[in-house]
Amino acid sequence: MSDTIIEAHNLTVLYGRKPALWNVDFELPKKKVIGIMGPNGSGKSTLLKSIMGVVEPTSGFTKIYNQELDQVRDRVSYVPQRQEIDWDFPASVWDIVSMGRFQKRGLFKKLTGEDKDIITDSLQKVNMLGYAKRQISQLSGGQQQRVFLARAIAQQGDLFLMDEPFAGVDIATEEMIISLLKDMKDAGKTLVIVHHDLHTAQSYFDHLVLLNTRLIACGPTNEVFTDQILTDTYGGRLTTISKISQELENKEFPIRHK
Amino acid sequence: MQFWENITTFFSAENYTLFVVSLGSGILCFAAGVVGTFTYLRKRALIGDVISHSVLPGVAIAFMLTGVKNPIYFLTGAIISGLLSIWIVDFVQAKSKLKPDTILALTLSVFFGVGIVLLTRIQHSGVAAQSGLDSFLFGQAASMGIFDVKLFSAIAVINIICITVFLRGFSLVSFDEHYAKGLGFNISILKSFLALITVITVAIGVQAVGVVLMAALLITPAAGARFLTNSIPKMLAFAGLFGFLSGLIGVFISYSGTGMPTGPWIVVVLSIFALIAILFGKKKGVFARMRLRKSNNVKINNENVLKDIYKLADKGNNTISVQDLIEKEKHSLSKLKSTLNRLEATDYIDQVRGLVILSDKGRIAAREVIRKHRLWEIYLSKYFQLDEDHLHDDAEGIEHVITPEIEKELIKLLDRPKTDPHQSEIPY
Ligand SMILES: Nc1ncnc2c1ncn2[C@@H]1O[C@H](COP(=O)(O)OP(=O)(O)OP(=O)(O)O)[C@@H](O)[C@H]1O
Ligand SMILES: [Mg+2]
Repeated sequence: MSDTIIEAHNLTVLYGRKPALWNVDFELPKKKVIGIMGPNGSGKSTLLKSIMGVVEPTSGFTKIYNQELDQVRDRVSYVPQRQEIDWDFPASVWDIVSMGRFQKRGLFKKLTGEDKDIITDSLQKVNMLGYAKRQISQLSGGQQQRVFLARAIAQQGDLFLMDEPFAGVDIATEEMIISLLKDMKDAGKTLVIVHHDLHTAQSYFDHLVLLNTRLIACGPTNEVFTDQILTDTYGGRLTTISKISQELENKEFPIRHK
Repeated sequence: MQFWENITTFFSAENYTLFVVSLGSGILCFAAGVVGTFTYLRKRALIGDVISHSVLPGVAIAFMLTGVKNPIYFLTGAIISGLLSIWIVDFVQAKSKLKPDTILALTLSVFFGVGIVLLTRIQHSGVAAQSGLDSFLFGQAASMGIFDVKLFSAIAVINIICITVFLRGFSLVSFDEHYAKGLGFNISILKSFLALITVITVAIGVQAVGVVLMAALLITPAAGARFLTNSIPKMLAFAGLFGFLSGLIGVFISYSGTGMPTGPWIVVVLSIFALIAILFGKKKGVFARMRLRKSNNVKINNENVLKDIYKLADKGNNTISVQDLIEKEKHSLSKLKSTLNRLEATDYIDQVRGLVILSDKGRIAAREVIRKHRLWEIYLSKYFQLDEDHLHDDAEGIEHVITPEIEKELIKLLDRPKTDPHQSEIPY
């Protein structure tokens, strides 16, 4: 399918012996806003990380544009979960957004005037230019999120993987971000977004991946956003799945390997 | 003067040994402070302890294998076992569910324990040359020679070059490993490289200050420097400077007193530097925050008194008596007087024989405070469920906090209202 941007094939990720993703298989379409949803600990962050090559899958693989990640890395921007970072780190907003240019310039080359224009532009897009010199420790949650978004934009990729960009963000900021994301989609970008709020899911996303260690459903929002599938994702099966995980972890059952 | 004599002897080139020892300690502490900045930034303060304790078995084994006290053999042994300890920590962390501090503590005790056992064996074996291996435990800065100074200088230069070249990579890895990996950088090479120069620095330093204090040389300079600046290059510079000065001063102190060990003094001086930075740091320091709080209190006082003067004067002319002012609010006389003097010094008011005259500048400032107060009351009553009699108290506090930008926003949001909830006019 030429329309596919990300393909996951039999993706399994174990932390130690504990499965975070189990046999996940899907294809995601280009130029859409795609939501990844599931309860806490269901493997959403792990999914993004294995697409980005940050964690190694135990078995299976993912492909982007039908290619290995390394060949297309410069087209992919990753926005990590905000809570995973130490915001007391000595860096300014400008410093953080500059990181978006490091891929292009490598570890040693100086940033050029063009880079600085791009950084300025990205900050402007998220309405944070006035904060460029601020210490990141002085930012509110919503501002931190916008800084991360600016950094991703500065990378100038066309696929964005974002881990909970709306967590800890007020409504006004959320609306600002979502309209920015829709603009990006209209400009031909693909956005994959880990999200928690069921109420807004339908209006935000064209396509959904519902996850609970295993893949529950993947498809256009209007097809998969059904009561039954949501119950499967968030409801009763959760406990069974985690019990199975515990068994696998504690009782030394053989687990698949590559 | 004993002290002065000490200083002159200290700096006279005749005292060659002392010159060597102080220079050597300064350079060593500089090198440690610089590379330790990244240990600190990566939140791996404890890893410094692990490495420094873990070099011990390497040193002992080097001695057992070669039977001679050659610093190069010691260094090789120390570096190998230091690297091994880091590798074990990382490996166990990746493969087990143990908490990071448990892993660090375990690795440290196992390596250190083995080191002590080996040292004891060497001691009991009665080899004559063994005396001196103890110096790895508590350090022996006094025995520093010109060779050591060269060695320290070499590692200092290596550290500076590596960190300058890899500043971007090291900073990126310290801030967010996952993101760095996502960008496609080889973070394990960056991390190993950082680990390597850290281990070499520690292995070299342990002979001078001992395993127990070496970790402090890594972490303390950075911890202090963090309070002085928010930029990594400046942090590196401060940490290096703290290290260098502490090395010099520590040696000097231990030299002036008789029989006082050098290593501990260096660490004491370092801690004093760090403490000073924590207290006096420009933005984050304790005193900076106290000053800010104080200046806020002054501002609040000024504005409150100005407002009172305006309200009293508003009824008649611009002139009121201090007595009226005391009666209006229950100001304490001395506090009121100092506030009035401050206001006079900044031309908000003039004082003549118990009378207070509001200047034009004062009038404008007072109206601004009152305007903010009333705008805030409207804002609260419009958007929040708050009883009318609570509005005033809330606004009393907030009126001093509202910046001109926020005021503009309020006026726009409230559509430039004419009166507040108590029907008082808003002075624009
Ligand atoms: N580095 C790790 N080591 C061990 N286990 C991990 C690690 N990272 C995640 N896990 C476990 O893997 C599972 C999936 O984690 P993941 O972070 O992917 O979930 P998530 O869906 O993003 O959750 P959340 O909504 O809380 O962000 C969880 O049970 C978690 O405890
Ligand atoms: Mg997550």
